[in-house]
Amino acid sequence: MATRTEPTTTTEPAAPRGMLGYRGRSERPAGGFELWAWLFMRISGIVLLVLAVGHVLIMHLPAGGVSRVNFGFVATRWENPVWRTWDWALLSLALVHGINGLRVVVQDYVKPAAWRFAVNTFFTVLGFLLFVLGTVIVFTFDPSKWPGVVK
Amino acid sequence: MAKRKSDVGTLYKGSAGQWSWIAHRITGIAVILFLFAHVIDTAVIGWGPNAYDRVVRVYENWGVRLLELGLVAAVVYHAINGVKVMIIDFWPSTTKHFKALSIATTAVFVLAMIPIAWIMGGQILDLALHRSS
Repeated sequence: MATRTEPTTTTEPAAPRGMLGYRGRSERPAGGFELWAWLFMRISGIVLLVLAVGHVLIMHLPAGGVSRVNFGFVATRWENPVWRTWDWALLSLALVHGINGLRVVVQDYVKPAAWRFAVNTFFTVLGFLLFVLGTVIVFTFDPSKWPGVVK
Repeated sequence: MAKRKSDVGTLYKGSAGQWSWIAHRITGIAVILFLFAHVIDTAVIGWGPNAYDRVVRVYENWGVRLLELGLVAAVVYHAINGVKVMIIDFWPSTTKHFKALSIATTAVFVLAMIPIAWIMGGQILDLALHRSS
């Protein structure tokens, strides 16, 4: 795994040690994978601004919030393909955004290369499995398998 | 020797930037850890109404609902502060107004949380006092 891309100028002093460890530079990476990751975080961030904040406001505030969420609620909601698409897009973008975020955090706090690789691999595999699980459920869920629950 | 300005200078090191950097990181970690659990609890819907309704009943508890309020606050903070990060990244000249931008970010977060805390606080009280909503 590539290490964080540092600017080529060496006149800058080393990053000071902060409250939670070394605080890295947050400027845009020079290129390669890290630049694409940096760009992805910003583009997915803009989309998640609508998908995630919208999801949270819709599910947690009106009509008693999550108290109204049960099998029938989800079955009715997922009758509309717009909500299935919304939820799947949210699932995908939030997982990639979050797991790349964890990778950046791991880079700051897990220094031994073997540990860093192990932790990053763990989160990547977990994220992939959850993506597969969520994708299968969102697109194959069929409430008619349980007749009588949803009219 | 007096503290030089450059000691706390650059963007994410020191002053308001340091606190928002820490808050951004903590809220981000909190949200992704909850997301791991949330994908699984939602996926249980594929096993039918009995299984799913038993799982979501876990959320029907005022203590869990307090954590839920924290989750919503984390998402809202991460979103608003993320906008600030993008403004600075894409228009670096705004760094000049970093302090004003930080105050604005905090103000938008606090203003957004007032109605959210009011509504969700009502739901939490309903559960805690066994009132039906």
